[in-house]
Amino acid sequence: MYLARVTGRLVATQRYTGLDGVALQWIQPLDEDGKSMGDQMVACAAISSGPGDLVMFVDGREAAMACPVTFVPVDAAIVGFVEQAISKGVPIGRGAAGVS
Amino acid sequence: MLIGKVVGSVVATQKDEKLEGRKLLVVQVHNQQNKPLDQYVVAVDSVQAGPGDMILYATGSSARQTTVTEGRPCDAVVMAVVDSWDLGGANVYEKWS
Repeated sequence: MYLARVTGRLVATQRYTGLDGVALQWIQPLDEDGKSMGDQMVACAAISSGPGDLVMFVDGREAAMACPVTFVPVDAAIVGFVEQAISKGVPIGRGAAGVS
Repeated sequence: MLIGKVVGSVVATQKDEKLEGRKLLVVQVHNQQNKPLDQYVVAVDSVQAGPGDMILYATGSSARQTTVTEGRPCDAVVMAVVDSWDLGGANVYEKWS
């Protein structure tokens, strides 16, 4: 899994069967210091996360297992709402300076 | 998943027989600001996407998790047609505008 910041939301009514009711959200993966790492991507939100939240996501085939119906073409899913992450002794979640 | 725009299609009569009957779309990858990138993929369609549609596509083994691509040599599948999205509350793309 990786840490990420939810940055936006996406609406797609015409979608593969089995994905109805699954929220799609833009996420920005973060590195171990909480800085942006790599490109943003769209993930299924298995939990009620929203823009601005620090979350944990899983990519690859396992992401589909976080969805209500598991036989779906999903390669990124938010699986955790992170209150705080400590990395190298430095908090990079809610408690960190400058991170809302 | 990543976002892209369907810019074309591929016709290949001589291909792996497991891919017969699948619509192959040429998708140009876009970023979250809806800027076209110098990158494309050929993806199997699973939601009746057409040329000009903004779509979401899944890659890797996840792409084989549809009735259209299960057990077939495919690593990219179009799995949604995008209506709109926003980043931090600001609308970036709307299909109808």
